[in-house]
Amino acid sequence: MSPFSGALAPAAGEISAAAATGTFTQMWLLIALPLLGAAILLLLGRRTNAWGHWVGVLMSLGSFAIAVSIFLKMMQESGGNRAFTQHLFQWISVGSFQVPFDLRIDQLSMVFVLLITGVGTLIHIYSVSYMSHDRERRRFFGYLNLFVAAMLLLVLADNYLVLYVGWEGVGLASYLLIGFWFYKETAAVAAKKAFVVNRVGDVGLSVAVMLMFVTFGSVTFEGVLASAPKASQTSLTLIGLALLLAACGKSAQFPLQSWLLDAMEGPTPVSALIHAATMVTAGVYLIARSNAIFNAAPTAQTAVIIIGAITLIMGAIIGCAKDDIKKALAGSTMSQIGYMVLAAGLGPIGYVFAIFHLLTHGFFKATMFLGAGSVMHGMNDQVNMRRFGALRTVMVVTTVTFFAGYLAILGIPPFAGFYSKDKIIESAFAHSTLVGLVTLVGAAITAFYMTRLVAMTFLGKARWPDDAHPHESPAMMMIPVSILAVLSTVSGFLLLHNNWIVNWLEPVVGFEEPVLGFNVNILQYGTLAIVLISAALGYVLYARRPVPQVAPVGSLLTQAARADLYGDAVNEAVFMRPGQYLTRFLVWFDNKVVDGAVNGSAALLGGLSGRARRTQNGFARSYALTMLGGAALVIVALVLVRL
Amino acid sequence: MSGLLAAVDQTGSTGEQIVFWVCALVAVVGAVGMLVSRRAVHSALFIAATMISLAVLYITQGAPFLGMAQIVVYTGAVMMLFLFVLMLIGVDSTESLVETLKGQRIAALVLSIGFGVLLFAAIGNVSVNLAVGIDGANATDGGNVEGIAHLIFDRYLLAFEVTSALLITAALGAMVLAHRERHTPRKTQREQSQDRVRSGEPQNLPGPGVYALHNAVGTPGLLPDGQPTDRSVPEPLRGVSAAVGVDHEDTLRVNALAAGGAIIPVTKEDES
Amino acid sequence: MNPANYLYLSAILFSLGAVGVLVRRNAIVMFMCVELMLNACNLAFVSFSRINGNLDGQVIAFFVMVVAAAEVVVGLAIIMTIFRTRRSASVDEANLLKY
Repeated sequence: MSPFSGALAPAAGEISAAAATGTFTQMWLLIALPLLGAAILLLLGRRTNAWGHWVGVLMSLGSFAIAVSIFLKMMQESGGNRAFTQHLFQWISVGSFQVPFDLRIDQLSMVFVLLITGVGTLIHIYSVSYMSHDRERRRFFGYLNLFVAAMLLLVLADNYLVLYVGWEGVGLASYLLIGFWFYKETAAVAAKKAFVVNRVGDVGLSVAVMLMFVTFGSVTFEGVLASAPKASQTSLTLIGLALLLAACGKSAQFPLQSWLLDAMEGPTPVSALIHAATMVTAGVYLIARSNAIFNAAPTAQTAVIIIGAITLIMGAIIGCAKDDIKKALAGSTMSQIGYMVLAAGLGPIGYVFAIFHLLTHGFFKATMFLGAGSVMHGMNDQVNMRRFGALRTVMVVTTVTFFAGYLAILGIPPFAGFYSKDKIIESAFAHSTLVGLVTLVGAAITAFYMTRLVAMTFLGKARWPDDAHPHESPAMMMIPVSILAVLSTVSGFLLLHNNWIVNWLEPVVGFEEPVLGFNVNILQYGTLAIVLISAALGYVLYARRPVPQVAPVGSLLTQAARADLYGDAVNEAVFMRPGQYLTRFLVWFDNKVVDGAVNGSAALLGGLSGRARRTQNGFARSYALTMLGGAALVIVALVLVRL
Repeated sequence: MSGLLAAVDQTGSTGEQIVFWVCALVAVVGAVGMLVSRRAVHSALFIAATMISLAVLYITQGAPFLGMAQIVVYTGAVMMLFLFVLMLIGVDSTESLVETLKGQRIAALVLSIGFGVLLFAAIGNVSVNLAVGIDGANATDGGNVEGIAHLIFDRYLLAFEVTSALLITAALGAMVLAHRERHTPRKTQREQSQDRVRSGEPQNLPGPGVYALHNAVGTPGLLPDGQPTDRSVPEPLRGVSAAVGVDHEDTLRVNALAAGGAIIPVTKEDES
Repeated sequence: MNPANYLYLSAILFSLGAVGVLVRRNAIVMFMCVELMLNACNLAFVSFSRINGNLDGQVIAFFVMVVAAAEVVVGLAIIMTIFRTRRSASVDEANLLKY
């Protein structure tokens, strides 16, 4: 590959930004439009059933149009002057705790905004057709618009507290969309699980924000990141780890990965948009955005790398064993985000490639998810790959687009994944050989399970259920998929052409040329060879041999992978059961000890009062007796004093 | 006044000792008598005796004004008021001396005796043999009444005025308490008799011991053996009485018995 | 004679009055006992006046008499009112104001 040309002196990103003028003042509309759409669809209710989905599409499309106009305007500015802020209003003003509701658009936000609105719009259009048989389609689009608004708020925030609002907003939208078919118990439980697990991560983010305020006296990006190098190592490490916890929750990284596989209970467009392309990458965004903190906290960076590496391998192993096409893809998503997180943990040599891979992954994974949706559409919502096979014969467009995504994730040139993933592997090797090897192994397993997926779905012999009549999906679904497939094919080359993505992002996240101890070409060809061998193995095992319709028992590793590597079991044993016991104990304690003390003292007082009350017997002579006794006591006192 | 004063010109004179012991005895006996009398009237009389003896003791102690006031106000006015109220609420009523409140009597005795002992102890503790005597004070303004008047209208003027307000208030309060509001106009004699006729029982109720079926004048009473007798019926109404089954023979028999004649045996020939 | 004897007599009468208030149930008799206690106090005041050689004690006794008169008037009126409604002058029967 051509070496990077830019002379990139500063390692860290710049934080300063100018006040928005002209086109940039429209950035609030990016959020406002989908929010308005959500409000219309959710507040007006059934009255909008007939045309509501088009409102959703239009709002998303309008947001995308504004994003493009801002992007074009931004292109005209010079590299260091592409960050703009917009002050909307003063949100919190308590003593020294000042939080303005500010928006910020810079190169990093820009690519996210384009990804969210662009892929989002395509998926909106896809959903119009995909959800056409659902009576609640209007509600679906309301939630989808809500998600787009929240996600845009997340990436456009100028301080961590506003980011937190967006962060919670996407969590809510994710919950609502996973549980969209809430009458299915599995969907309702999956939504709850996603929400609860995300909550753990959210605690990390809130702790991080509090630590930031304590350490820097500010929660704005500028206030925190500009003074990050001056803060103590301990504070930075703590903040970094808290941010990592947040990223783990939102991006389904180990040990908070368990929700993502269950989240596939939601409609497939949701899986494509939220649980593959955008929301789950928020963790990567958070780490890349907080680059100044991580750059100054090597311990936290190492933790990020370790988490990324573990998740990368875990997700890949899980992806190998799943027969559910969406869950296999979800395992793949986990694994690919593991790549991004790992890259983000590498520091300035990795941030750009993490975002780069995030973009290409957004395209090719959305392609594949939507393709899976198309397959399900044609197969009566069947998700078991053991009942697919040979679909290439009836679903040509789906097959072709899916293969574009497949080749992209494998990293076959010139597909997008080749550029982005190779860059990450290269950076990993530049960091250390061990991390590099992990990414290499991940790439090999990825090639295997993706080949398995493709072979079981599109190749081999048909194992369709009797009532299935697979057919190609309508054009309204396939056109967005095709666009995404094209993007999966060309985006890598286009974005890395002339180092465009590096130069574009470098002012924000910083960049350092990865320096390898050996020739880059050896690594590239070696990676390609390993991937091809692995893919060939998958082809032999799953396309040449017949695939049993009932899953064989398999090895211990297969069983573990089918059980999500016992993530749920561990959560249950370590958190749920002790929590239940603790709750039971607390209930007992509350009932017996706390209530007992309260009720006991009340009963004691009541009993004493009941006794004391009896002295008021209504007989004047008894009272007179008491008075005489009192008078006698007075005289006793007087006599005693006199004595 | 000067004559009264002459009797107490010296503290501790033999005359005073005699007067003290006699009056003290009368006072204590009166108090105890009041305490144990079942009839309230007797109590009132006993306490009147105590008050009079106290009045005497006041005078022996050089307070003739108070002694007179005691007799006039207490035994004269207050006790008469007591008796008046007693008459109003039933002079005959006697009170059971059985105690109803558990332990009240014992507690009362113990506490009162204890109280008295305490008072004795206190008095014994502070008492002095040497008394200044009241004569000097009485002589200052030319007499006991003048001396008290001087104090009341000088040093205790405010208290005196307040007492007058208290008395007025008490008088008003007594009137308010004793007053009964009439809510309906008083019935005239005519209205009362009309009411009685309309009530269905215009005549008097039969006297005690008369077993009448109903209280019409012509209804005969019943004898102890259950037979009706027309002796209870006025002469003009006998025979025309609405009553049935009056045994005229029996009436004759009873009349004869009442006149001192022999007992006429009852003939049983009617029975069949 | 020791003037303290008057005080002892006063104490005896006061105690007897107290016993009367506590044991008698007839409101009028109770009232008489209260009067007896007041009189015992008056006797003490008069004795104090004599012991101290000034007339203030007598004046206080005079005020006590006045207050006692007022009290008797109101008290007897109250007894009358109660008797009118309850047909009884027993203080034990007027015991509704209780727990």
